[in-house]
Amino acid sequence: MNKASHVSRVGRSPSRLNQRRFRAERRFRRLGLLGVVLALASVVFLLGTIFSSGYSAFWRLQFAVDIQFDPALMKITERPTAEELQEVHYLALFRKNLERAYPEVKKRSERRKLAQMFSESAPDVLRELVLADPTLVGETRRVWVLASSSADMIAKGNAPRDIEEKRRVLTDQQLAWLDQWEEEGLARNRFNTRFFTSGPSRSPELAGLAGAIVGSALTLLVTLIISFPVGVAAAVYLEEYAPKNRISEIIEVNINNLAAVPSIIFGLLGLAVLLNFFGLPRGTPLVGGIVLSLMTLPTIIIASRAALKAVPPSIRDGALAMGASPMQTVFHHVLPLAMPGMLTGTIIGLAQALGETAPLLMIGMFAFVADIPSGVVDQASALPVQIYLWAESSERGYVELTAAGIMVILIFLVLMNLLAVFLRKKFERRW
Amino acid sequence: MIDSTPRAPGSKGVLADTLEQDAPLGSVQTVGEALLENPSVSCRDVAVHYGDKQALFDINLDMGTNEVLALIGPSGCGKTTFLRCINRMNDTIQGCRVSGTIKIDDEEINHADADVVSLRSRVGMVFQKPNPFPKSIYDNIAYGPRIHALTASNEELDQIVEDSLKRAGLWKEVADRLQAPGTGLSGGQQQRLCIARAIAVNPDVILMDEPCSALDPIATARIEELIDELRENFTIAIVTHSMQQAARVSQRTAYFHMGSLVEVGSTDQIFTNPRQRLTEDYITGRFG
Repeated sequence: MNKASHVSRVGRSPSRLNQRRFRAERRFRRLGLLGVVLALASVVFLLGTIFSSGYSAFWRLQFAVDIQFDPALMKITERPTAEELQEVHYLALFRKNLERAYPEVKKRSERRKLAQMFSESAPDVLRELVLADPTLVGETRRVWVLASSSADMIAKGNAPRDIEEKRRVLTDQQLAWLDQWEEEGLARNRFNTRFFTSGPSRSPELAGLAGAIVGSALTLLVTLIISFPVGVAAAVYLEEYAPKNRISEIIEVNINNLAAVPSIIFGLLGLAVLLNFFGLPRGTPLVGGIVLSLMTLPTIIIASRAALKAVPPSIRDGALAMGASPMQTVFHHVLPLAMPGMLTGTIIGLAQALGETAPLLMIGMFAFVADIPSGVVDQASALPVQIYLWAESSERGYVELTAAGIMVILIFLVLMNLLAVFLRKKFERRW
Repeated sequence: MIDSTPRAPGSKGVLADTLEQDAPLGSVQTVGEALLENPSVSCRDVAVHYGDKQALFDINLDMGTNEVLALIGPSGCGKTTFLRCINRMNDTIQGCRVSGTIKIDDEEINHADADVVSLRSRVGMVFQKPNPFPKSIYDNIAYGPRIHALTASNEELDQIVEDSLKRAGLWKEVADRLQAPGTGLSGGQQQRLCIARAIAVNPDVILMDEPCSALDPIATARIEELIDELRENFTIAIVTHSMQQAARVSQRTAYFHMGSLVEVGSTDQIFTNPRQRLTEDYITGRFG
């Protein structure tokens, strides 16, 4: 310490100096804490919003109707064949039974309103019941049928009830039926299995995520198969073999740049090259997977290189000095040590790819595909795309589905990250 | 702190001044008995460049069978670089060129066509920092015999592992936990494990690069004893910064300075009656 600074301090009391320093210290700590609290609060708010508007989608309102499987109504004989049962006009059967159950409803328009209380899947429910058990013909059964989306929303409180009739999703008459059925025990809530077993639908109460989940799974599978080996091979080459010169520096910089390229650019690339030039089938997990693997590659390469860099050089020296070839050194010693890091990077990359929407829209994975895809060259949708399509839909019944879809994708992301943590813990070796 | 990476000469300090006064880089003539009859390893005109910088100048030096050759000299003088020429570990350093001829049992190893893998099975190396593989003790020893396909059966491999551990004086300590990780041993044990690993493939030559610099005095003494025992079967070259160690374990000593081999001779002669002033200055602690 020189003399001048020593002298200039004398004027101030050291205790005041300390107080100022402590105050600054406290201020700094509070600022950091504030940042953490803000970040946590926004996450809690986000999750809370999604959960509160999405959890109801996992339940569906059902109504009971007593159905008389009258052969006369079904226009079949007493002992029908399976084919005949298949051909029956079940919608007519359902309508006739409704008329029978509610004889007081006479007007045509009122009958239509009554039928609109039920999901349009009601005839399918009847068909499945009869086909599963042909002895039902001639019997009368109480059958539970999905409620229409409008009735479902009012019952759950997702749509306002105490407003004028014109703006409400149900008429006064329909509201009365709903209340009556709830009172008589003809209405119940059941877990919405359809959400996980069926594809998209034009009716919100029938729509499910199965097609999108399978589509996303197939797409990610293609992504994994392409990007993991290529990414690891590239990382191993760059880290273990490539001479350190200008060219490898340029490659390194460009890989880092590639990681920052907006994903829609990759979608455009897929559109121009994969679809238009190579003529691969549009809107399929194959093309989606290829595009997403281009997007994921930089992430995997960067993570893998970091994992390789973290392997101590002394291990390589030891192996080489024992007479291991460079390839043996990599496979016996370096890769096992780097593998946890590489797997983590890959899973993080795949999790990013799972949430990616823009490139999939560019290559046409937004079509309305009612069937669940069975292979990578089938037209398919994907989770984020399905959520986007639901969010865009004008029908109010899709609001809860959108939120529920987001919950599902978040759960998948959390699971993937947990898997990454698990793999890292399991394969991590200390040296 | 001792740096394991070979460094080009030219670092500033007392040393540079001494050299500039006495002799320009690379012009030092070797004094003493550098060459032997029937050498195990013979090096002629070995020069090493790192990029544009020359790290070793025309080294002529032989290593005799069943002797321990100590390489001494100040940091950055090229001892380690020279050592790594003998098993071609310098190949792994980018921009490093080794010229000259190096023969092991009259077989030239310093040319592009030489088989580095089989060379390294004949020339083992022990590093400054113990570097057991993050595998079990057994797998550490068995690795060399496995990749060089030295054994026909598991029993044979078991035998090699046991013998190597016994020769490295580690058997009693680890016999009951061969499947435990090698990295869980103490530093001295790890270094003996590395020695056992090196002798498991039964090499002709063992190179040791400051094998005791990371160890406490007791572990060091244990390793020094071991080196003396191993001398019966192997040719050993050891780089060391400890004059006492060189005096204790070696029969011949070579003094390196600024990339040149200054003096070679029997260890007794070097430490009692050095012929070069540089050597004398170094071993008496005037610099270094």
